[in-house]
Amino acid sequence: MHKIIQNEMISANVGRMVVEAAYVAEKRKAGQFIILRIDEKGERVPLTIADADPSKGTITLFYQVVGKSTRHMSTLKAGDSLRDIAGPLGHPTEIKKYGTVACVGGGIGVAPLYPIVGAMRKAGNRVVVIIGARNKDLLILEKELGAIADEIVTCTDDGSYGKKAFVTEALAEVQSKEKIDLVVAIGPVPMMRALSRQTEKDGIKTMVSLNSIMIDGTGMCGGCRVTVNGERKFTCVDGPEFDGHKVDFDELMARLGTYKSSEKTSSDEFDHTCKLKGVFNER
Amino acid sequence: MKDRIPRQKMSEQLPSERVKNFNEVPKGFSEETAILEAERCIQCKKPTCVEGCPVGIDIPGFIKAIKEKQYTDAIKIIKTTNSLPAVCGRVCPQETQCEERCVLKKKFEPVAIGSLERFAADWEREKQPLPKETFPSTKKKKIAIVGSGPAGLTAAGELRRKGYDVTIFEALHSPGGVLVYGIPEFRLPKAIVQYEIDQLTNMGVELVLNRVVGISETIDEIMDKGYSAVFIGSGAGLPLFLNIPGENLLGVYAANEYLTRANLMKAYRFPEYDTPIIKGKNVAVFGGGNVAMDSARTALRLGADKVSIVYRRSRAEMPAREEEIHHAEQEGINFELLSNPLKFIGDKDGRLCGVECQRMELGEPDASGRRSPVPIKGSEYILDIDLAIVSIGNAPNPIIQRTSPGIATTKKGTIVADPETMKTSKRGVFAGGDIVSGAATVILAMGAGRKAALAIDEYLTTGNW
Repeated sequence: MHKIIQNEMISANVGRMVVEAAYVAEKRKAGQFIILRIDEKGERVPLTIADADPSKGTITLFYQVVGKSTRHMSTLKAGDSLRDIAGPLGHPTEIKKYGTVACVGGGIGVAPLYPIVGAMRKAGNRVVVIIGARNKDLLILEKELGAIADEIVTCTDDGSYGKKAFVTEALAEVQSKEKIDLVVAIGPVPMMRALSRQTEKDGIKTMVSLNSIMIDGTGMCGGCRVTVNGERKFTCVDGPEFDGHKVDFDELMARLGTYKSSEKTSSDEFDHTCKLKGVFNER
Repeated sequence: MKDRIPRQKMSEQLPSERVKNFNEVPKGFSEETAILEAERCIQCKKPTCVEGCPVGIDIPGFIKAIKEKQYTDAIKIIKTTNSLPAVCGRVCPQETQCEERCVLKKKFEPVAIGSLERFAADWEREKQPLPKETFPSTKKKKIAIVGSGPAGLTAAGELRRKGYDVTIFEALHSPGGVLVYGIPEFRLPKAIVQYEIDQLTNMGVELVLNRVVGISETIDEIMDKGYSAVFIGSGAGLPLFLNIPGENLLGVYAANEYLTRANLMKAYRFPEYDTPIIKGKNVAVFGGGNVAMDSARTALRLGADKVSIVYRRSRAEMPAREEEIHHAEQEGINFELLSNPLKFIGDKDGRLCGVECQRMELGEPDASGRRSPVPIKGSEYILDIDLAIVSIGNAPNPIIQRTSPGIATTKKGTIVADPETMKTSKRGVFAGGDIVSGAATVILAMGAGRKAALAIDEYLTTGNW
């Protein structure tokens, strides 16, 4: 059991949870993830590790409230527990001195950027952070990232905060001012796809972190398979980061929709039970 | 005279009933039936059946105890060499092992050794549990076991009995490996696996779940933490695919994923359990092994109208156990034999809607000794399906080998280990089960776990590698 130390909503649909996981806190490296299970009946949910405090034995997770499990997470309080946390999993980000690194995050993808930004700076890179969201209410971690990046550009699709621009446009603007040696992009698939296409034209190496549907996280089930450079790769053990210029994003996008109708059933069922139990009324 | 008693059959759930539930299919022997079957054993002085058992159970010994109604003695005899009798009584291929060698088989039917083993184990669990045994840590040495499948559990039990401090590291949230993620509830109820694992933890075996050795920690790091020896039993957990177009369409599963969703995650009870699973109406399973049968029968229980096993050779070449094929046939699985898939076909949303197959005929025997399938030109046809389950085998899980370059591997990715001692090329590290043999059976993995335990004891006693 893993005790929850803190759990709060930090934007309209993103929660931040600090939870005890001493082993993960000690072992994890930037770019790695965990798989959690809330309770005995829970599904296995992969989430990137956003931060860790080895002295306290805790890790920080960010989750976007989209389906049943994340809604359930959002109702948990400090003192409650998660049943299982497995990890750290996946290959860490390849941290070394590249020169200038642009770390681009969209939506919930901003959270897993945090440890990468820190590690890239520590390795001697100049790090420009670009973060974006649909609107001001959905932006997260601007202050935290601003504190560790050399420069931060914030944009929203509707212009309600920062630049009114997509992250692709913001990156183009940064590129017009300085040479970028590496792009790390994490966010919704359409964003990573658009960004990768843009940087491919400019010949800038681009790493993306994929969020495929996954169960075991050890390469056993094959559910997280993606096509990279025409080859089958497993996101859990071969990734989660891949060369963005080689990922078949269209296929990934389609596969992410596999359980759309089941997700709705599950979520509706949860709503119903919660109403019966009055979970939402308490909040 | 004994041959006059016919081989006793277990009663089973009727096919029409059982396809609607996940309860176990064979119901086990009653006490009377078990005694009757036990009487058929002629108690050979030199029992050939024992030679056929990878863990060398004293088969005539435990059968004699059943005949004399000494059920506790029976299970004790079995447990001296087999720590998972309730599992083996259910999933071992006895027909090619102990029962194959039974002398009665020459003239009559062999003794139902597997069913009797199951009876003894079930009797112990349900009616007369053995008292908890404690094993003092006399050796003062720690041993790490990687993976809690049949190989790891067996090695753990043996080593604990010898007085070692044993820790099992398991990657998933439940112990049991393939016994919990792979084999369905209707063939091996999960409560039985849990019972056998509880016996080990009662003995003092430590179980660390959610620990993926090879990613979060290397074998060297484990040895640095004061473990005197490591046993790797990480299994054959890397699904093979057909490598044909359309294999990444929505609705194409590897059998591992399909079964893990259904078994480990209990997706058959969705939405009570959170994990979803695609419930196909027209399902095709590709392959002819036990895992293919398990997948097909699971699909039927999840409400499919039609489930086909598509296999490129004929029924005679199928690697699945006869009992599994028989159960699948009884339940109405369609056998699409001598057929090979060429490509999957998707609709505009990328969802699977069909598969193009080609008829085959049998040619000359291949390297496996089985007649090889040869395509018949112009015989292509399309099966309308909305769910495909690829069940053509597993390769060894590669994650430990990737991070432990000191451990020699074969071209196929299996770990190289001495067949008698299970020693790897790295001092203090042993390996066994599917990670060494490639995908095989539960009992062979257990046999390897047992050999390794004996060799680990010898190594730690003598210090000789």
